[in-house]
Amino acid sequence: MREKLVRRLADGRLLLQDGPIDLIIEAVGESARAYGAAAQRFDTILDALCSELPLLRTPAREDSAPQGAVARRMWNAVLPFSRDRFITPMAAVAGSVAEEVLAAMTETAALRRAYVNDGGDIAVFLAPGECLRIGLVDRPDRPSLFGSVELRADQPARGIATSGWRGRSFSLGIADAVTVLADCASGADAAATLIANAVDIPGHPAITRRPAIDLDPQSDLQDRLVTVAVDGLDAVEINTALAAGCRVAEDFLGRGLIRAAALHLAGETRTVDGAALLRAA
Amino acid sequence: MPDGDTVRCDACPVTCFIKPGMAGACDRYANDGGILVRVDPLVVLEHTVEAGEKVVPFLGAGGAEWNGEIVKSPAAFVTAIGAGTTYPDYKPAPFIVSSKVEGVDTVTVVTEGIFSYCGCKVKVDTDRHLGPERNFVRVDGEPIGHVTTGEYGSQMLSLGGVNHLTHGGKKEGRVTCDALLHLCNGEAVEIAVDDGATAVIQAGKPPVINGKIEERMRVGCGSATIGMFAKQWYGKVDEVVVVDDHITGVLSEHQAGKVLGAGETGIRIRGRKSTPGRYFHVAEPGSGWGGTNVTDPLEIVTGFDAKHAWPGLRMLMVSTTGEQHAYYELDEALKPVEKDLPENLKESVERIAENCEPALATVLFMAGAGGSLRAGVTENPVRLTRSVREAITRVTAGGAPVYVWPGGGITFMVDVTLLPERAFGYVPTPALVAPIEFTLKREDYAALGGHMNHVRPVEDVLKDVSLRQVRAAERRR
Repeated sequence: MREKLVRRLADGRLLLQDGPIDLIIEAVGESARAYGAAAQRFDTILDALCSELPLLRTPAREDSAPQGAVARRMWNAVLPFSRDRFITPMAAVAGSVAEEVLAAMTETAALRRAYVNDGGDIAVFLAPGECLRIGLVDRPDRPSLFGSVELRADQPARGIATSGWRGRSFSLGIADAVTVLADCASGADAAATLIANAVDIPGHPAITRRPAIDLDPQSDLQDRLVTVAVDGLDAVEINTALAAGCRVAEDFLGRGLIRAAALHLAGETRTVDGAALLRAA
Repeated sequence: MPDGDTVRCDACPVTCFIKPGMAGACDRYANDGGILVRVDPLVVLEHTVEAGEKVVPFLGAGGAEWNGEIVKSPAAFVTAIGAGTTYPDYKPAPFIVSSKVEGVDTVTVVTEGIFSYCGCKVKVDTDRHLGPERNFVRVDGEPIGHVTTGEYGSQMLSLGGVNHLTHGGKKEGRVTCDALLHLCNGEAVEIAVDDGATAVIQAGKPPVINGKIEERMRVGCGSATIGMFAKQWYGKVDEVVVVDDHITGVLSEHQAGKVLGAGETGIRIRGRKSTPGRYFHVAEPGSGWGGTNVTDPLEIVTGFDAKHAWPGLRMLMVSTTGEQHAYYELDEALKPVEKDLPENLKESVERIAENCEPALATVLFMAGAGGSLRAGVTENPVRLTRSVREAITRVTAGGAPVYVWPGGGITFMVDVTLLPERAFGYVPTPALVAPIEFTLKREDYAALGGHMNHVRPVEDVLKDVSLRQVRAAERRR
């Protein structure tokens, strides 16, 4: 019943689709070779991931490294966070897939710039002198650009990821979206998940939560409560929730785990941005 | 762990357990009341002729000759792909869309049908023997259909149908559904015929038979080939035998040869003579010369009559695609001895090949729109059937034209390559899910007992459902 899809879009970009993975890929340079390499690498990614799913759905431990290349990226990405927080390698799956496919492309083809966008978690390659501008969206269910970020070859960020309860994955927090820049997409993915979890007002009656396992029997979050609805919050509450997220983001920034973060809740935005990478639309 | 109504999705190896009302990790499959359904965004077919892009031509679109009895397709045509389905009940179809087409109010009823009665008619362009007629076609050892008639230059397969989908074993149904889904979505499926060949079949692609790509479709039967090329052979060679499992042609005896004045050669051919120069059953069917099991063509020549034959007699043997050929001259004992093909015959052999069309496997999806599907269109289902019969209602599948069989019911066939990508889905029943749209004038829809209070203007639909627009790049043809 598998519907693996490899297709060039009308604008020339490559679309790869398999199960829950959707990749939009653009390469500038030897793009045909790069797309060939991407499609070839993509072919086995989902099967390899699925063969280790039970392990990847349990909290990462230093002595339980998975086998697959993508699984390793996931595990490596979440390990720095796992000592003081609950996190499973699944928190970095999208960014890790993007990174792995990008690596296959840059190993095979000479490129000026390229990106692999896995549902908003993006791995970027930039040759010296190149840059890439990426639009930022606050609500995935009502997409509109609120800002943009320019990744430049002379700065270290090569990964960007967004997490929030309105997205495809569950969140323990109430952020509409947390967008993170980090040196790699897998790290950005893991960090965005955790910062979005932290944007929260525990116990607030306007927030409806349900055990993850009630919604998805196989969720790695087990019986942890995930957000399913957020009713009206006042300005003070919004500020409190965002401030909680910012504290976590600043901690990550200080430890060198991320380069910048933008946090959104109910139309309000906070940035934690050491290098002033983010700008308003 | 999973409770009663949880559905285990096997669309991909993630194998999500999906709770009622929830979607899987992909957001493409969901659990709707215990049934796994596709929830891809609705596909809208925009006519982009002005933008210079090719779309499947509808009858009447782009200035064609349609005289207006059945309404034309609107500028934006909402296909049923991703519409979801209301099976198995009596609710109105998920989308009933109105629009104005050249000033005429029209209604398109858009639904995804769950077809328990469905299958594929497959035409495999080949002379090779796929297997005896009526033998099972298998996938993973399960019978999914059978070999049916041999047609001109091709072999027909009948796959799926209710007897394999639901009346066979559980695995048989699942494998059949899976194979049909792949074929309909334009993917390759490997089949094996009992006492026959294995083949890889993919809609719109050359068939691969016993590991070999079939490149050419025969130029004609052996007899027709003689007729077409007799003039080019006459004078350059004394005898030509076109080896064909159906009708082997012999130049010296054939009417075409006689007309040119070809003399007798005393050749004796195995098999049963039909009319002069035309032989049936010269060998057994197989994947050798011209669809026979012959690998040495001399096997079908039993000898030469000394009364007419002579030492030095020149004979060309060739298959109906020009793929195989051999040239002989008779020795003193009137035995054929193989020689290099003379230059002046090369061209004619090449011309046979040149005149062959590319061999393809083609797949028509065939299904019957049953009671509950029709009830989703009108409260009076039989009227829908009549209206289709009377050509008041136009039926399309994913926007592609269909052929509706005469007789009872709405049983239709559609070339799967005319539908947008991934137009087909399945439910674990097992049955295929395919888009179907009924388009008719608004007043006719009302007269039909249509669900008038569910009719929505097309602008409204385009505005508020998530849509996937089909452009030329997404279509397979």
